[in-house]
Amino acid sequence: MENTIAGYFLNFPIFQAIAETLGVGLTAFLIFFAFAGLFTVILATVGGFGTIAERKISADLQARIGPNRVGPYGLFQLIADGIKMISKEDIMPRSADKFLYYLAPFLCIFGVLCTVAVMPFSKNLILSDLNVGVFYAIAISSLVGVGIFLGGYASNSKWSLLGGMRGASQIISYEIPVTLTIMMIVVIAGGLSFNTLVEAQAGMPWNWYIFHNPFTFIGFFVFFISTLAETNRAPFDLPEAESELVSGYHTEYTGIRFGLFALAEYIEIFVVSAVSVSLFLGGYQLPFNILEGTLPNELLQFGSLFLKTCALYYVVIWVRWTFPRLRVDQLMSICWKYLTPIAIFNLVGTAIWVVAFDGQSMFQLFFGSGAH
Amino acid sequence: MSNQTLNVFMPVAIMMVIAALLFGGALLAAYLLSPSKPGGNKDLPYECGEEPVGSAWSMFNVRFYVVGLIFIIFDVESVLMFPVAAIFKKMNELGNGTYILIIFLSFISVLLEGIAYCWKKGDLDWVKSFSRTTKTK
Repeated sequence: MENTIAGYFLNFPIFQAIAETLGVGLTAFLIFFAFAGLFTVILATVGGFGTIAERKISADLQARIGPNRVGPYGLFQLIADGIKMISKEDIMPRSADKFLYYLAPFLCIFGVLCTVAVMPFSKNLILSDLNVGVFYAIAISSLVGVGIFLGGYASNSKWSLLGGMRGASQIISYEIPVTLTIMMIVVIAGGLSFNTLVEAQAGMPWNWYIFHNPFTFIGFFVFFISTLAETNRAPFDLPEAESELVSGYHTEYTGIRFGLFALAEYIEIFVVSAVSVSLFLGGYQLPFNILEGTLPNELLQFGSLFLKTCALYYVVIWVRWTFPRLRVDQLMSICWKYLTPIAIFNLVGTAIWVVAFDGQSMFQLFFGSGAH
Repeated sequence: MSNQTLNVFMPVAIMMVIAALLFGGALLAAYLLSPSKPGGNKDLPYECGEEPVGSAWSMFNVRFYVVGLIFIIFDVESVLMFPVAAIFKKMNELGNGTYILIIFLSFISVLLEGIAYCWKKGDLDWVKSFSRTTKTK
């Protein structure tokens, strides 16, 4: 229980008082339920704002104005979009596989949201710090690939099938560099739980794992490129390539089901950016922990993670509107002939570095261990 | 399963329930608010405005299955490597650094051998070049 959010909040007197009347188990359950709901709402809002950010930033990059009618600066566009999607008719192709067609959007949103259970928003604002946290995140987020493939397959439309097949092969291929790069960080940190990984990066930015050794520096870019492909972002948006495959795997989806696919995609970008921030960019760590151990400190840490993640989110959108889309064969050769060998090289290099220099980072070696 | 394990995995289960609730809630809202006027040709699969020709569930490029097979090999390999990676630091601190490094590198060499074999066989090329296939024949 001590590695969970309920374990943290049960230290407060007010929750102890509640626990005395309701019992510890029920209080813990309520805390979990409240925070799981809160995180879900935050992420759904972030996903909604992601669609606006995408349109606003793309407009900015192309010297346009972008959506500006609904609310100030078009900020309420997400509400308008949501209402529109909810009030559209839900059509299913008559020749579709009914069960799989209904299952596909569920798997997408389920896989994305369940990753949040181990996301470290701050030291204690983490629903559950599983001792297999990173592994769980890799495993549960691959459900999204299944959802995309099923969405493409079940629609019984040629465009969807092409998109689904491409999506499946792309997502499983790029999982290899992602897994190997995460393993590199695990070798340095010596644990699979997210808090172990982030706690080891405490302090100044030079303690971040991206600056730990030259291999992790390359590794960050391998990870970033692979996650772009994992989330089907341009230049790797082949599964939904709108200029060749009408709309790819969700061609036949209308109304709220299409909306859920889109929401899952935008939440996934945020979650994946947050994972890369936690692995390489210090996660929730602040340079100065003045308010150590208090609730405001947790909120500051949350803000730190949120800011870094939003910066990465901006880069993801920036990349989308800058680079042209790849061909399928280029996509596969980038994954198998470049990223995977580079990731293996990084893994070997990091393992040798850890043994040779006793786990010290570059800065500790250059400036002595006083650089902590 | 101990009580401790249950407690740590409880939020995961709750998160799953919440994800299902979000999905169900969105569908319920859509069910209540959206019109339902079946009929016409709107439930035909989209094929650029033409009547769809045949089913989409037909034969597909075998390359996708090869990619799937290669993925399975690498994924199983990386699953086996995770425990070694997780105890790597501790073993190094205990002074068994060289020992664990040799184990780790032997795992990776199997992985490298696999990728080299696939590369040599041309399974990593999306389009197998015509000249190569004729040469091997």
